[in-house]
Amino acid sequence: MAEDSLELTVRIGRATLDGLAYLGGLALLGARAAYFTFVAPFRGRPLRWQRVVHQALAVGVEALPILSLITFFVGVILALQGAYELRKFGALHYVSSAVAISMTRELGPLMTAIVVIGRSGSAFAAEIGTMKVTEEIDALETMALDPAQFLVTPKFLAMVVMLPCLTSWADLMGILGGSLFGVTNAGFTFPSYLRASLDALYLRDITTGLIKSVVFGMTITAVGCHEGFSTGAGAEEVGRATTAAVVVSIFLVVVVDLVFTGLFYFTGK
Amino acid sequence: MSDDTPENDLVITVRDLRVRYGEREVLHGISFDVRRNETLVILGGSGSGKSTLLRALVGLEKPSAGQIRIKGKNIAEISAAEMDAIRKKMGMSFQGGALFGSMTVGENVALPLREHTQLEDSTIQIVVRLKLEQVGLAGFEDYMPSQLSGGMKKRAAVARAMAMDPEILFFDEPSAGLDPIIAAGIDSLILKLKKAFRMTLVVVTHELSSAFLIADRMVLIDKGHIVAIGTREELHASTHPRVRQFLDRVPEPEVQEELDYLQMLTEVPRDRSR
Repeated sequence: MAEDSLELTVRIGRATLDGLAYLGGLALLGARAAYFTFVAPFRGRPLRWQRVVHQALAVGVEALPILSLITFFVGVILALQGAYELRKFGALHYVSSAVAISMTRELGPLMTAIVVIGRSGSAFAAEIGTMKVTEEIDALETMALDPAQFLVTPKFLAMVVMLPCLTSWADLMGILGGSLFGVTNAGFTFPSYLRASLDALYLRDITTGLIKSVVFGMTITAVGCHEGFSTGAGAEEVGRATTAAVVVSIFLVVVVDLVFTGLFYFTGK
Repeated sequence: MSDDTPENDLVITVRDLRVRYGEREVLHGISFDVRRNETLVILGGSGSGKSTLLRALVGLEKPSAGQIRIKGKNIAEISAAEMDAIRKKMGMSFQGGALFGSMTVGENVALPLREHTQLEDSTIQIVVRLKLEQVGLAGFEDYMPSQLSGGMKKRAAVARAMAMDPEILFFDEPSAGLDPIIAAGIDSLILKLKKAFRMTLVVVTHELSSAFLIADRMVLIDKGHIVAIGTREELHASTHPRVRQFLDRVPEPEVQEELDYLQMLTEVPRDRSR
């Protein structure tokens, strides 16, 4: 019995240490990307904007069609679910504010993060993982090119810029989705629905969502790249890294979401 | 090994190098030198530790003990900036080529020049064409690596390794996975580089014929130990049982027991003096 509990303690301790080491690895990657963005350019290692733009196109612009579709539908769903409860109180006209607030504060950033994890977080892990397996990462190092500078920094910059942009777009598409229900079933005209949505929103609803999306972007990049770099030998390892990148990213994004939402709630935002 | 070589003619000196992966030590104290402008072939079977040795030489693997000096500098102790300076004067051709799949062959060769020099783009284009010509790939600038055959990939990788006009060029298994004709082509390319550019070459291989063709001196590695160092003739004349077994291609007795296999992997042989 005593041995069992000892073993349990050991296991918990080891899992905790592993978890902390993982977070440390993520933080280190982020710190190196920050170094290569803010410090290294002043020490003769200029930032390659071309790579950043390339990544930004892949992460941001190319995600627009699918993100638009998904968040539009989410807006419709939110309106339907909200209306289900609201109509009991005869308050169907509040559906616009319900959609607007939950989209901007929560679902816009979250749905964007999940779409980006599926498209880009996994791609980061697969790209870096494959480069690891084919010795391309080693080749970079032997050419005196830092993989963190070369591969990770452009991804970080692209994500930190593009996620808030995508999130704003997602907010808009969600509200448009809600308007579909609002106009057809809740007695709004399209302009009056938009006006009602705008009236319901405070600037802080939007900014808190955007702040979250920046942190989501950093989390997704760090996890994707970290999983890529920890790929072992062989093609099946790339698959493992990609899966892990998606699962861990979703988990950490939800944790970050919880922390920040709590923070905003208790600081009165 | 002769000690009459002047100190400044040694490009690389390795002293009592040990490398371990976790619990398992792969190299058990390796010492040798690489002289200026010579071609040194590191010969060894699968799992002998020869690839690990090469990775340690280019700084991809940290020694757990001992030291590696490249042009007099202990690469385990110098700063990242100093290491980068050394790396700009080294080229490495990887086993599978390790060309960047997202770039064309020309962009691959141009990459170190773009990142490390202030050369004009037009100058870089000329250098790229020149380097590709030297490895027999003139006109392949705009091909993607996936469009090249195995032998061409290796040639392109050599061109990229030579982009910065390195003083030392490393090859990892240059002829592995190639048919004999293509492999002979790579060998003659190495010979050509050796004659034309007076570079120091370090080649890791398990191909005997290729080793005896290109080497000035050879190092035979077995289970993480050096069993022989010498010129082609010295190695041919060696009576060391392990050297003979390797050169005469005598198979190892088959492993019957799992325990024997594990022992074979991890054992530090005591009976063998080198």
